[in-house]
Amino acid sequence: MTTSSLIESVTSRFPAAVSSTHSWRGDATVVVRGDFLVEVARYLKEDASLRMNFLMDVTAVDYSTFGKKPAPGFFSSSGVAVGPTPQIPDENPWPGPPDPSRFAVVYHFYSMAHKHRLRLVVPVGEADPRVDSLTDLWPGANWLEREIWDMFGIGFRGHPNLKRILMYEEFEGHPLRKDYPVNKRQPLIGPVN
Amino acid sequence: MLLNIGPAHPAMHGIIRIVAKLDGEQIKDAEVEIGYLHRGFEKMAEVVDYNGVIPYTDRLNYVSPLINNMGYCMAVEKLLGISVPERCHYVRVILSEISRITDHLTCVGATAMEIGAFTVFLYMIKAREFLWELVEKVTGARMTVTYCRVGGVKADLPGDFEQPCRNAFQETRKVLVEAEGLLKRNRIFTDRMNGTGVISVEDAVSYGITGPFLRASGADFDVRKDCPYAVYDRLPFDVPVGTRGDNMDRFLVRMEEMEQSMRIVEAALREIPPGPVLVHPGTGRPIPAAEMVDLAKMGNIGAITGGCAVTCPTLEGSGRDRRPSIATSEKRVVLPPKEDGFGNIEGLMQQFKLVMHGHGVRPPKGEVYFPVEGANGELGFYVVSDGSGSAYRVRVRPPCFAIMSALPKLLVGDMIADMVPTFGSVNMIGGELDR
Repeated sequence: MTTSSLIESVTSRFPAAVSSTHSWRGDATVVVRGDFLVEVARYLKEDASLRMNFLMDVTAVDYSTFGKKPAPGFFSSSGVAVGPTPQIPDENPWPGPPDPSRFAVVYHFYSMAHKHRLRLVVPVGEADPRVDSLTDLWPGANWLEREIWDMFGIGFRGHPNLKRILMYEEFEGHPLRKDYPVNKRQPLIGPVN
Repeated sequence: MLLNIGPAHPAMHGIIRIVAKLDGEQIKDAEVEIGYLHRGFEKMAEVVDYNGVIPYTDRLNYVSPLINNMGYCMAVEKLLGISVPERCHYVRVILSEISRITDHLTCVGATAMEIGAFTVFLYMIKAREFLWELVEKVTGARMTVTYCRVGGVKADLPGDFEQPCRNAFQETRKVLVEAEGLLKRNRIFTDRMNGTGVISVEDAVSYGITGPFLRASGADFDVRKDCPYAVYDRLPFDVPVGTRGDNMDRFLVRMEEMEQSMRIVEAALREIPPGPVLVHPGTGRPIPAAEMVDLAKMGNIGAITGGCAVTCPTLEGSGRDRRPSIATSEKRVVLPPKEDGFGNIEGLMQQFKLVMHGHGVRPPKGEVYFPVEGANGELGFYVVSDGSGSAYRVRVRPPCFAIMSALPKLLVGDMIADMVPTFGSVNMIGGELDR
């Protein structure tokens, strides 16, 4: 299936769930509302023309500082104005972050039978950062979702064992959130039985 | 009985803790705890510039760092919408296949050692040494190579690469024959590998397992064949597939994959388009590069016009003539050759714009996912850019993460002694698992 027909088959099946789509750089991407995630994922897995049997990756992005990075003011004291190199122009620009909400959980699916890939993006608000778990459909989602909980503090409804995976239990905060300072130090506490 | 194995245990090649619930010698339940080697790769990648991430990718799967380099660079190139010259693709393919062999040698050798065949381990490390000498010849380093660049590679293959490569493969093939003879008819080895750590195709797929581990279960998914990148669609190779999905099949699949990787490298060496170093010799009056710099500094432009800088041997491979064949022509992405960087103002400016903080490679806003076939399976890089000089988010899909999440399933029902070969065949690499 081509990227456009992939996107089309999801949007025509779930018109209420899909808020936007794009295929920037050839990656078919569908932005889906959180309430429909499990339904859409089950459809992707079970529909004969899609058969996305691999949940390749689940990750998240914290969009809270997107586009707000301060421009470095070099040579500002010397009076020499040197702007950064312009970015390489893009004919069909990317439509931008999926939603004004802070987080986006990103799923990458792959179909071994049809050899096509699809990215599903689920915007997640800051107030109650939770989405439904896909562990019932793919047991492999278990650890991936634990990692997102660990790194971003996004919870997963229906997850059997949602606890930290890379950091230790006593660790405070979620390190991949943009408001977690990169050089912050915390005391390392060994594992307790 | 509750038995704690690890984090540091001689039969675990990696820092990982398994809490096994035992009934006699049988494993009833297992809990796997990871994260002991977490170094914050993804957080660091948001801080440094695009090229600055490459040394960190070396330390993901440190046994086959060139594949990580390549995966990351190709993801950023996809983000930028640029492609690299054909010769560069070939160079990357050759080196990533050599890395795949070193990875499989390490995995098979270490597994064999852990179940008693220490000789095989030494033989395989010997073969790995031959291959690492090759890698060293090209990149200057053995493990942390940092060889790829966004938009190219650091330097071309050395002129006399082909013969040492053939010699190393000859030695490797000898070792593989020896090792196979030592292992395949070794009663202890076969008894411990056959029928242990079994996983079906359906289970493997539902856990997201890829690479040799999945192929041993019977699915022929290989990113190099199914979603070809670089020049893999032009090179001849077969994808070995197992039937039973046990440790023995994984061992056999890895042994065959090494042979196939050598086949790829040999074909690539035959087909690699020659770099301009062979087709157009430097024109102009030769001037030593250092002298050229001095003349340029003094403003004596007349003395250097029409001249051609003679590269110092330590800069070999970054020579101006060879450069167009191994790096893209997009000046906003690749560093200029050293002679230009030191010798003229345009080169200096290009260098400045790329290395100064706040400048650097600036892709447009966007998100991409790029998968390559790592030694353990699909190694994917998901990169989000906000148009600034450093990535907004870099996510690695580590292949052995999926396999490790299925480890309890592999272990339950087997004997405690079967944990050693099963864990060995997982080929856990702490660097990429914990990032």
